[in-house]
Amino acid sequence: MSIKRGVSLYSFQEEYFLRTLSLEDCIRVAGEIGAKGIEIIPEQSIPGYPKLTDEFVTDWFGWMDKYGTHPVATDLFLDTKRYPNRWLTLEEQVASVHQDIDIAVKLGATIIRAIINTPPEVMAAAAPYAEEKGVRLLLEVHAPFHYEHPWILQHLEVMHRTGSPALGLMPDMGTYVKRFPRVVSERALRDGAKPELVDLIVKTYDDHGDSHALMDIVNYRGGGPVDFGLARQATHYIWSDPKAMLPHMGLIGHIQAKFYEMTEDLTEYSIPYDEIVPVLAAGGFDGYLSSEYEGNRHIQDVYPVDSVEQVRRQHAMFARLLGEEA
Amino acid sequence: MFDKYIVCEEGFTAREDGGVVEVRMPYYRGLTLSMVEAVDLVLDGKPVPSSRTTFTVHGNTYTFDQLPQVTDDRWEMGERAQLGFTTDEPLAAGEHDVTVVVRLRISYMPVPGGGRDSKRLTLAG
Repeated sequence: MSIKRGVSLYSFQEEYFLRTLSLEDCIRVAGEIGAKGIEIIPEQSIPGYPKLTDEFVTDWFGWMDKYGTHPVATDLFLDTKRYPNRWLTLEEQVASVHQDIDIAVKLGATIIRAIINTPPEVMAAAAPYAEEKGVRLLLEVHAPFHYEHPWILQHLEVMHRTGSPALGLMPDMGTYVKRFPRVVSERALRDGAKPELVDLIVKTYDDHGDSHALMDIVNYRGGGPVDFGLARQATHYIWSDPKAMLPHMGLIGHIQAKFYEMTEDLTEYSIPYDEIVPVLAAGGFDGYLSSEYEGNRHIQDVYPVDSVEQVRRQHAMFARLLGEEA
Repeated sequence: MFDKYIVCEEGFTAREDGGVVEVRMPYYRGLTLSMVEAVDLVLDGKPVPSSRTTFTVHGNTYTFDQLPQVTDDRWEMGERAQLGFTTDEPLAAGEHDVTVVVRLRISYMPVPGGGRDSKRLTLAG
């Protein structure tokens, strides 16, 4: 078994939002790129969610056949604040997860991305139903969280205590941002950030220096809202050695291959996939690297967004790093 | 994240008692309407109170008083909703400044989501 390649349709959000790519188009281009494993956000791509019509399900499997792709994962959101005046109860939260498990099953996916705000007790309570339905609920490990963070430790405690095969982790590679994404700092400059503060923020991040007080320093230096936004970003990205995944490899079932900018020489500007992929291989990971392009929002003010080309480049990089034949 | 697409350039029309502007949600998924906290309209520099606006998605029309209770209908990603509004005077032909501010209650975010967009629109004939 080896590492497989896929794409979250989140990657094509700009084109799907503007209706320049239909859902079928997104699946077609994924197949053409060689990102054969499809991850879908039902709440993004299926009008009428949470209802799935028989017609939709028929179309879905038809597209998989037609384009040589296969369903791998769905994403769930847990709208704990669905009502304006109260939080969802534990029972309601579990029911929401059960509903998303049913949707995954109908779509033929065996993995569900559980959003980072899913409480550990909800994961524990939903695990038996997930086991019964043959799907895994994988908590996304999303920046700024990491494996020593109390929130993740609580989840790990549940996973180890219950030993449920339905529970696991889905690391988001936004936790391995080694260099500050330049699409983000360049956007801030276009939005009117002060160049000397942008330099300070980017340099502090790139040196992996102390970013905790950046907002305060930006304040002392007369920063405005755009500068504050950038300083907050610098505390939201994190960098640690990807080897931090190794002790948890038994729980890791899927990778959110987040990226911001694939350059023309087929590297990610800020996330070192050449360091990440060997760690996954060494750990025996045989799930999917699922592309998650998130650069669109940082360039759409001045450049045409071409998510398909960005994903194509990421997969060319993956093919190289995975040693696939050209 | 999709702020620049909130106000649609097409679909701005006058009615006898006001008008309609088409709006999109600046977010990457659809949301249940109870989590749409505000779709505020500023027309030619003057805020239009939410009591004078209505919100229509795929043919279903709601007031902003009703919206917090609507948990069985959604504003889909990229869907053009119709923001209807009433004015004291009929809308004059020609160009108008339209600003829309959307505020969304997104559970995983500690602060409200949403965005703002301003465009100069020409009334459709």
